[in-house]
Amino acid sequence: MTHVLEARNLTRDYHIPGSLFKKAKTVHAVKGVSFSVDQGKTLAIVGESGCGKSTLARIVTMIDPATAGDMLIDGNKVDIAKERLTPEMRQKVQIVFQNPYGTLNPRKKIGEILTEPLIINTNMKADDRRDKAMAMLKKVGLEEKHYGRYPHMFSGGQRQRVAIARALMLNPRLLVLDEPVSALDLSVQAQVLNLLADLQDEFQLTYVFISHDLSVVRYIADDVMVMYYGEAVEYGSREEVFSDPKHNYTKTLFAATPRADVESIKARLARKNAA
Amino acid sequence: MAVAEIKTTKPQTGFAEFWFYFSRNKGAVMGLVVFLIILFVAVFAAFVAPHSPSVQNRDVLLLPPGWTQGGQWTYLLGTDAVGRDILSRLIYGARFSLFIGLVVVTLSVISGVLVGLIAGYFRGRTDTIIMRVMDIILAFPSLLLALVLVAVLGPGLVNAMIAISLVNLPHFVRLTRAAVMSERTKDYVIASRVAGAGTMRLMFLTILPNCLAPLIVQATLAFSAAILDAAALGFLGMGAQPPTPEWGTMLAEAREFIQRAWWVVTFPGVAILVTVIAINLMGDGLRDALDPKLKRS
Repeated sequence: MTHVLEARNLTRDYHIPGSLFKKAKTVHAVKGVSFSVDQGKTLAIVGESGCGKSTLARIVTMIDPATAGDMLIDGNKVDIAKERLTPEMRQKVQIVFQNPYGTLNPRKKIGEILTEPLIINTNMKADDRRDKAMAMLKKVGLEEKHYGRYPHMFSGGQRQRVAIARALMLNPRLLVLDEPVSALDLSVQAQVLNLLADLQDEFQLTYVFISHDLSVVRYIADDVMVMYYGEAVEYGSREEVFSDPKHNYTKTLFAATPRADVESIKARLARKNAA
Repeated sequence: MAVAEIKTTKPQTGFAEFWFYFSRNKGAVMGLVVFLIILFVAVFAAFVAPHSPSVQNRDVLLLPPGWTQGGQWTYLLGTDAVGRDILSRLIYGARFSLFIGLVVVTLSVISGVLVGLIAGYFRGRTDTIIMRVMDIILAFPSLLLALVLVAVLGPGLVNAMIAISLVNLPHFVRLTRAAVMSERTKDYVIASRVAGAGTMRLMFLTILPNCLAPLIVQATLAFSAAILDAAALGFLGMGAQPPTPEWGTMLAEAREFIQRAWWVVTFPGVAILVTVIAINLMGDGLRDALDPKLKRS
């Protein structure tokens, strides 16, 4: 069986042109990253700010081309630097962004936002488009009456649901989630994560889940990849990575996670009193 | 699973919200009222005006306004050097002024937005070339450039309007470009692109509607500037040609009578002043109502 997404040695360099006072330089944002994801599975990509997570997301979503390396979606090689993307490939990968306030066009109603991908990519009739959007609204836990409303009438969690619904309108194979819950408060985070898990079961979706939040990753991931300065320093199943981190950076990362169980709080207080 | 929250209050519609902010600015409301009156007078000039704007009554040359000594109430604002009723000419002149404003704003908004959208969306060399050309246009004093253009194209109302549009163009290009550049990298544009939207769709349907608020404000201000510029060109003899009852042209015709008959110059001048102030006040109110950064909650 072919992987839904396979990346081989993906590299992305940003060239910064020099000026009178500065030399030109090249920033290596992603340095040769390889991974693969199977259908219905979730790959979590973890790392600190600026480690190349979002660059990788843009490559996988075919927004930016990779400088070098191969990307295969459903076994087909994709290179947007060389050839135009076919609508079929476009439809296979969709993305959900981090900021729920910037992700929806403020001038468009929810219904227009949801039906736009269908207008562009399919020849469906207006009624069918509407029905499909309505059904999708219900699937993500919103109601039909939200169809004619504008984005500013919704809360952050609701907007993120709309963003997920929009991404699913084209029945994609792969959904790239670029920190989809980082801007939401904890209870809403849980709701959205549960929704994502339900949708994954229902549509057999494949997720690439980008996050810096380890507790979220532990909840949703099947495989975990840890990135550090553009390199994948750790890559394995969730159990492997969490129970037996190999790389120093991963160990530091896990140690830096605040713990809130009673034992660790008592230990911390004891240390504090002793000092 | 429960939805996070459901709003109970009825959300304001776009227009109600707009009117709420607009009506807080008293000056803007007054400007709007004056503008509507001028608009009404211009549209129904044939019914409102007491006389024809071009009929010369040789019996009453340079008649003073009705309320002064020697005036007649049939000629409320007096007559000019060839015996035409000034009030009627002003009323018909409002048609020309509003028409000039409308045409100039339409021309420069359409072309300016188009050019600015291209510059802001494609960036790179296209952007550089377009913006340098706009900088050159901006570097000329605007009236001087308009004068030169009219001198090349030949005097006349249509050519004056084309010249003024071109002079106004850079403001719209810059404004559109800046707005497009800030919108272009937002997530919703990228999401639209991932959904497969082409360049045209992204430019005109996704980005442009989100850049309109500052453009509407600039358009109203350009409207009054256009009226002023057209009057200036008319005064210099390069705009509307006599006997067109255009306000600037009326001023130019009356120049030699400034000492003897104050009313022939004062009333066209006041008409220009009032119209421009009204539109500018309205533009300020629009800015308050449409620019989210200035919105007080």
